[in-house]
Parts: sequence; structure tokens; C-alpha cells
Amino acid sequence: MAVAVLDTLPAEKSPARRALGRLLRRKGAVFGLVVVAIFVAVALAAPLIGPADPSATNWSLIRKPPSWEHPFGTDELGRDVLGRIIWGARASLLAGVVSVSISLALGMPLGLLAGYVGGWVDGLISRVVDGMLACPFLILAIALAAFLGPSLTNAMIAIGVSATPVFVRLTRAQVLNAKVEDYVEAARAVGNPHWRIVLRHILPNVLAPIMVQATLAIAAAIIAEASLSFLGLGQQPPEPSWGSMLDSARRFLSQAPWMAIWPGASIFLVVLAFNLLGDGLRDALDPRQH
Amino acid sequence: MLAYLSRRLLFVVPTLFFVSLLIFTLQQLLPGDPAQVMAGEDQRPEVIEYLRAKYHLDQPFPIRYLYWIGGVLQGDLGESIRIGRPVRDLVLEKLPVTAQLAVMAFLIALLIGIPAGIVSAVKNNTVWDYAANAVALWGLSTPNFWLGILLILLFSVELGWLPASGYVPPGEDLAANLEAMILPAFVLGNAIAAVMMRHTRSAMIQVLGQDYVRTARAKGLGERVVIVKHALRNALVPVVTLGALEFGQLLSGAVLTEQVFTIPGFGKLIVDAVFNRDYAVVQGVVLFTATAYITLNLLADIAYFLVNPRLRS
Repeated sequence: MAVAVLDTLPAEKSPARRALGRLLRRKGAVFGLVVVAIFVAVALAAPLIGPADPSATNWSLIRKPPSWEHPFGTDELGRDVLGRIIWGARASLLAGVVSVSISLALGMPLGLLAGYVGGWVDGLISRVVDGMLACPFLILAIALAAFLGPSLTNAMIAIGVSATPVFVRLTRAQVLNAKVEDYVEAARAVGNPHWRIVLRHILPNVLAPIMVQATLAIAAAIIAEASLSFLGLGQQPPEPSWGSMLDSARRFLSQAPWMAIWPGASIFLVVLAFNLLGDGLRDALDPRQH
Repeated sequence: MLAYLSRRLLFVVPTLFFVSLLIFTLQQLLPGDPAQVMAGEDQRPEVIEYLRAKYHLDQPFPIRYLYWIGGVLQGDLGESIRIGRPVRDLVLEKLPVTAQLAVMAFLIALLIGIPAGIVSAVKNNTVWDYAANAVALWGLSTPNFWLGILLILLFSVELGWLPASGYVPPGEDLAANLEAMILPAFVLGNAIAAVMMRHTRSAMIQVLGQDYVRTARAKGLGERVVIVKHALRNALVPVVTLGALEFGQLLSGAVLTEQVFTIPGFGKLIVDAVFNRDYAVVQGVVLFTATAYITLNLLADIAYFLVNPRLRS
């Protein structure tokens, strides 16, 4: 409601617009945004800028150091490392976005329910969340991926489910704060049904911190996917993934160190970018700081 | 005091129950007939029959859970199908290795994180502060298995100073043990150091703004005394207790670090179990880590409660 009123005032910029302005004034956040945009562009354009088949082997090009034709060198099966990094960006970004979408789709409704309804519903959801949080994130993801079977899809499900409790807790805490606010009281007083109060009045007001957490969670999910692929539980060879590239690089460290440098650097750069973007969003969306 | 403790302990019970339920439910995710999947390559009917009987697979889910949890409560975590040994023995055998790695990593994290946090808080908004924050961001964004690989490249392949792998038990040769453990411990401690640095920085900034710090300065104490004796002592309490929460992070990281440096610990145990489809071992390890995590959290809470007089009344 408040947002709608502000939007109709001519001179005043909307809160979202102002937050965007604050975000774009932060160098770290802009850097993060640019790097993320570049990686997304690379992933989308992989068929245009990368090799047609990143898994095609070439026995005459085994473990060649970086050169003009192969700027990042070639791997133990004669495949171009740069080409596999370009195609591997798809697995990493997909894993980041899909896993976090799963966490949001599971975590937000449960958090809204626990926070708004309270009582035994809250008690039950909170205890289950405590139980999940007691298992270290990656170990839970490994166990889930192990039982589901190794594949990129299952890795994304495992990571998404393992990261869900954080979103349940965060949403619940935000709802607990929001539901005692006057505007919720007002919405209730004019006779709105519960679902409408939750979805139209509470949800939009608790979304900002959840979005910040989601951005940071994408960074964690990308590392987690790389970790699972590194352990052989994610993207299966010969499909390219940064994590599994590092796993094969590990076996040729003294002969082909270039195989280890670039996949790791890509993970680092994209994770750093999402972390910077998340930190920037947090500062931009927190009105108390301004 | 006792009321708080008993309430806190009572809270642990349902958490443990849901952890055990969660871990047991994992079995339900196995595609197809669990007995066939668990038997792996050995598909003789008598093996499958044995597994079906052993895990009570012909019984409904709640009954099976009760059988399982009954065993767990008596210290029976099941048996490794591949190695033919009790999971409990495997866990206890690997535990000291990972514990040593975790303790060394935690010490390294404290040694880097706390001084860096103090410097960046005291020299807030200077080059030092920015540098410390940049290092922390690097620590949080680097996948630790990549850092491990880079350090092996530098110290083992290029310089030849430290071994890339080859764990030696400390009882056998302590020097060789430390040589093999220092790189993995650094890799594992690196990410925790970043978290410690951020906690220390924000706790110190908060404490440095308190009245008693101003009083200490006003009565003419040297800056070093004010920072170390007055500010740091108060700032460290939340930092160290929050540190206990990083234990889960340590164990998660240990899985990858042990894989990179081929250290025969907990992480190696769970990864090998995953590839051998040794599901009882996977469940046992997860259950054990979760229980250890809950226990450590409880201890941290109690410690926090004991050192903070305001909570005691």
C-alpha cells in the first residue's frame, strides 16, 4: 500500500528506484553486477563463442600448455580448457539459480506459515529446521546427493533442500516482526482474509532481506555444486563443469598446472561477484543506514 | 541457572529426534528395492534376503525407524556392507584424524582472524581496514579445494617444501604428521579466519564505542592497554562462542580438504562410502556429525551464559 501511494507522488522516487540508486553508487556491487552479467552472457552465448562440442576429445592435443589457439591450454583428453570453462558456466550458474529457487520455493511458504500461524505449527516447523541445521550444509547435501544418485539435477535438488532451513528461519523471523506492525493490524481490521494479509501485506514487506540472502545463497550454491562435482556427485563427465575439471586437474598437477588454475579462478570470480552483489544489496535495501 | 540448563537440554531432545528421522528418511530416497540397491554387485538372493531381514525392510516405515533408532541409542550405527565392520568402529577410527585437522584449522583461524579483526576495527575506515576486509572476502569466496590445489602447486610441486599427500599418524612421527597437516589445516582455517575477522571487527567496533572504554582512555591509560585489557576481553566473548558455530563449516570443509590432500579422516570416510554405496556408513557419519554439532552448540551456549553475568540473573 505504502509503495503504491509513493508511486503516485510525482516528485518522489519509488523506494525500489532509490535502492537501485544506492546500489549503483557502491563500487563493489557494480563490479559484482558486471561480472555476473558477463558470466551470464558467456553461459548464454556458449554455442556461439565456445567450441561446438566441448566434450570432443583430440588425441594429438593432450595436455598442451596455453597457446594462441588454446589460451588456457588443453586437458588430459585434448579438450580446450577455455571451451570447457565457457560451457561449464552453464552448469555453475544453473546450479546457483535453480538450487536457490528450490530453497525459496520450499523455505518462504514454510517460514510464512510458521511465523504467521505460530503455535504448534511453528513449533513443528522450527524443530524440523533445527534438525536440518544441525547437519553441516555440505555434508547434508553430499548425503542427499548420494542417496538420490549422482547427476547435476540431483545435486541441485540436494543443495536446494540443504539450504532451505536458512530461508525458513529468515522468513519466519521477518514475519514475526512484521505481523505486529500497524499496517497489518489495519489490514486485519478492515476484514482481509488471512491469505490476503500474508501475501499482499506481509510478504512484500519482508522480501528485501530474503532477496539479499538469496543472492548470497547463490554464491554458496555455486561453491556447493562445484564441490559436489569435484567429489563426482554433480555434473557427470564428459559434460563440462568447473568442479569436475578441478578434480581431473588434481591428477596432473605437476604435468599440466594450467588445468587447475582457470576453472578455480572462474568459480572464485563468480562467487566473489555474487557475494559483493549480496553485500551491496544488503546496504542498499537497509533504509536504517540512510 | 539449573532452570536454564534443563530448558536448554530439553530443547535438544526434539532436535535430535528430527535429525535422526531426517537421516533415516534418506533411505527412502533410494530408487527401487533398497535391498537390491544396498547389495550392489552382489545380487545373490540370499544376500538380498539377509539385507531385507537385517534392515527389517519388510516392515512399515515407523517400525523400521524404531528398530534403527533403538540400535543407535545403544551405540549401534549399523554395519558397513562393503568392509563388513561396525560403522561405529569406522567413525571412531577416523575421528582423531579429522579432529586434529579441525583443531589445527581452528587455531590458524583464530591466529589470523582475531588480530586482523582488531586491526581493522581500531583502524576503522583506513587502508588497513579495507585490506583486511578484502582478504576476508577472498577467504569467503575461494573454494577451499581450489586453494588446496594452488598451495600444492606452490609448496609441493614448485618449491618441494611440503608433501602433497601422505598422512602420518602423530604417534608415529610427529614432525612428518605436522608437515602433512599444515597445508590442509591452513586451507580449512582460511575460510573460518574470514568469518572470525568479521565477527571480531564488529564486536570490537561496538565495544570501542562503550563508556568504559572512554573512561579508560580518559584516565590516561595507554591505547594498547585500553584495546587489549578493556576492549578485547569483552569483545572476544561473542567471537569465541560464535566460533563454535563454525564447527559445521569445518566439517563440511574437511570433506573436500581431506579429498584434496588424501587424508584418511571423516571426510574421506563419507566420500568413499558414497562411492561404495555403503549407505549405513553415510547415515552413521551424518548422524555423528549432527550430534557432535548439537553438543558443541549446547556447550557454547552454556559457556556464553556462564561468562555473561547479565544473563545469569
